Amino acid sequence: MNLDFSEAEIHRYSRHILLQQVGAVGQAKLRAARVLIVGAGGLGSPLAMYLAAAGVGTLGLIDHDTLELSNLQRQIAHTTERLGRNKADSAAETLHHLNPEVKVEVHQRRMDAATARELIPQYDIVCDGTDNFPTRFLLGDACHLLGRPLVSAAVLRFEGQLSVFRSHEGHGFPCQRCLHPEPPPDGLVPSCSEAGVLGAVTGVMGTLQATEVLKLILDIGETLTGRLLLWDALDARMRTIRLKRDLECALCGETPTITDIA
Amino acid sequence: MRMPIAITLNGERREVRAASVAELLAEIGLDTRKVAVELNEEIVPRSTYAAQGLTSGDQLEIVHFIGGG
Repeated sequence: MNLDFSEAEIHRYSRHILLQQVGAVGQAKLRAARVLIVGAGGLGSPLAMYLAAAGVGTLGLIDHDTLELSNLQRQIAHTTERLGRNKADSAAETLHHLNPEVKVEVHQRRMDAATARELIPQYDIVCDGTDNFPTRFLLGDACHLLGRPLVSAAVLRFEGQLSVFRSHEGHGFPCQRCLHPEPPPDGLVPSCSEAGVLGAVTGVMGTLQATEVLKLILDIGETLTGRLLLWDALDARMRTIRLKRDLECALCGETPTITDIA
Repeated sequence: MRMPIAITLNGERREVRAASVAELLAEIGLDTRKVAVELNEEIVPRSTYAAQGLTSGDQLEIVHFIGGG
């Protein structure tokens, strides 16, 4: 590992380097890491900004969408002047201003099966900040099959959920399908555009997501692997519950039926 | 149907006749495709709802399936 830091890097990351659990070695791990962020929206904005500020060396940002006025109530990596621009491209500009030491790889395309097969193996960790169930299940399946950790957050109204899935490593770790075997049928669970979301809730959850990514890279503490964090902003109540591997799971169970990324 | 037992569901004590998680979900009329069920701070895999028995004093929470970003 390259432990050479410039004067500016030592100054920029001094509050990290001071931490016993990070130090210069940890900061070098962050610089060497490659993290893919899927969705540059409400979760992806604070997530990408904290990871860039922390000095994660390479960030991939994928989003096919263009910035709309209704995004700006929560998607804080963007600005009013950038309406109509691609969201991955807009967020990359913000990240560059925040920390020009970080390399940002912009993918202005939709996350589909072919893209998952191509991009996921290029990164160490994948973060799900998407707004739809088909893409969430695609990422869950692809990360298990391609062997990458998935740090997945979700929000709706005043609620947030977060977990880390590493079922590809074995150890009895559950996958995303052990929690929810199938996406809900269309129309059964509303999206944020249908039911609304408090902007700050996406900020909290995206920031918790960034914290889990940093813990994984640094290999410190207890990650949310095998646990689900639930946060209810109205009750100001946060709790974690254990997830259980489902031996009949179609993806990671004893006789899997999902063996390819579709 | 057996005698009712007392459980805690979403923080509220209630009496149910259900003997399993599957029966409980039917009894309270929940669509299982949009929730996960937590029993005593652990998620119950959906494939074991019928086999997972309930006993008096169990704490259950319904975890809603959300997917916004």
